[in-house]
Amino acid sequence: MRIPLFAVALLCLAVPAMAEEPLHLTIKDHKFQPERIEIPAGTKIKLLVRNDDDVAAEFESFQMDREKVVPPGKEVPVFIGPLDKGEYPFFDDFHQDAKGVLVAR
Amino acid sequence: MLASLLIVFREVFEAGLIVGLILAATEGVTGRGRWIAGGVLAGSLGATVVAGFAAAIAEALEGVGQEVFTAAILIVAVAMLGWHNTWMARHGREMAREMSAVGRAVKGGERSLLALAVVVAVAVLREGSEVALFLYGIAASIHAGPAPMLAGGGIGLLLAALVSFLLYRGLVAIPLRNLFAVTNWLIALLAAGMAGQAAAVLASADILPSWGDHLWNTSFLLSEDSWAGSALHALIGYSARPSGVQVAAYATTLLVLVGLARFAAQSTPARTAPSDNVNSSHP
Repeated sequence: MRIPLFAVALLCLAVPAMAEEPLHLTIKDHKFQPERIEIPAGTKIKLLVRNDDDVAAEFESFQMDREKVVPPGKEVPVFIGPLDKGEYPFFDDFHQDAKGVLVAR
Repeated sequence: MLASLLIVFREVFEAGLIVGLILAATEGVTGRGRWIAGGVLAGSLGATVVAGFAAAIAEALEGVGQEVFTAAILIVAVAMLGWHNTWMARHGREMAREMSAVGRAVKGGERSLLALAVVVAVAVLREGSEVALFLYGIAASIHAGPAPMLAGGGIGLLLAALVSFLLYRGLVAIPLRNLFAVTNWLIALLAAGMAGQAAAVLASADILPSWGDHLWNTSFLLSEDSWAGSALHALIGYSARPSGVQVAAYATTLLVLVGLARFAAQSTPARTAPSDNVNSSHP
């Protein structure tokens, strides 16, 4: 019994509260809208990334270690955090002029 | 043109390093060229198919189809690498001895080659599907004219192939009796890195707990967006900010692979001279 209890305890510790509402990020004309997103530090968030262009985009961030293709006309979830306070830049790997930053405060 | 050159180069670079390592790991094995070329071809074909179904994959499983798919193919590659290393632990010494002593090619490596061809296919599939998506996008948009961008992509592809060839030549410069010991270690680290990435990808899809978003941060030393950082990321799974579950998967895989190879080497009947220490050189 000790091992399952330990595992459950570990899981409880490891799963922080998820922010209730997902945040939205839109890609349009190879630009992010908004280009700056603020989130509370230490909270896990669900970011819904929508691509309104007619070609694929790729949401990528080295700082957040995220990389996800967003097909044209689609919306995909990206789970982020919990993050320490700081600035976390992201970009579209397929159109690198598209840049944005996520700020955890 | 420069933008597409850089993007294609960066995607193909990581797959190319893996192909270079696999080429070195199979140095001297009969028919390896066919198997590895087959892996590259299968991976490229698979990549165009996956890119074609990108929208369907992205929407599958409530939006995390991409992550599950990536993790699944990575886990297949890890299993194949583990199987190869166990096989090498049993037969590697014979291979090295026969090649150096008699200079003739080794027979019987085909099954191991199949496993490595699958690994090559997975590596090419993973990076190639992004290249294919990117190139589809170029073909669809005509604002700059697709020709110079496709040319840039072609040059990027060739440069990445050159890098994998250089890695291969660098590795095979190692004397043959040590080569397989080095490549077996590199393959164990490659497998651990892939397992870590699979765990990180599943955590990013909220399927696995992250056990800490990052255990440490070495981006001030070596950032993953630097060339050296991305090379180490591809080859040995370097991550500047690894999550807890990623480190756990990495360590577990490395331990299991090293343990399996040790066990396989020890349980092999000694066909060599009694003084030969069978398990000394394999992870």
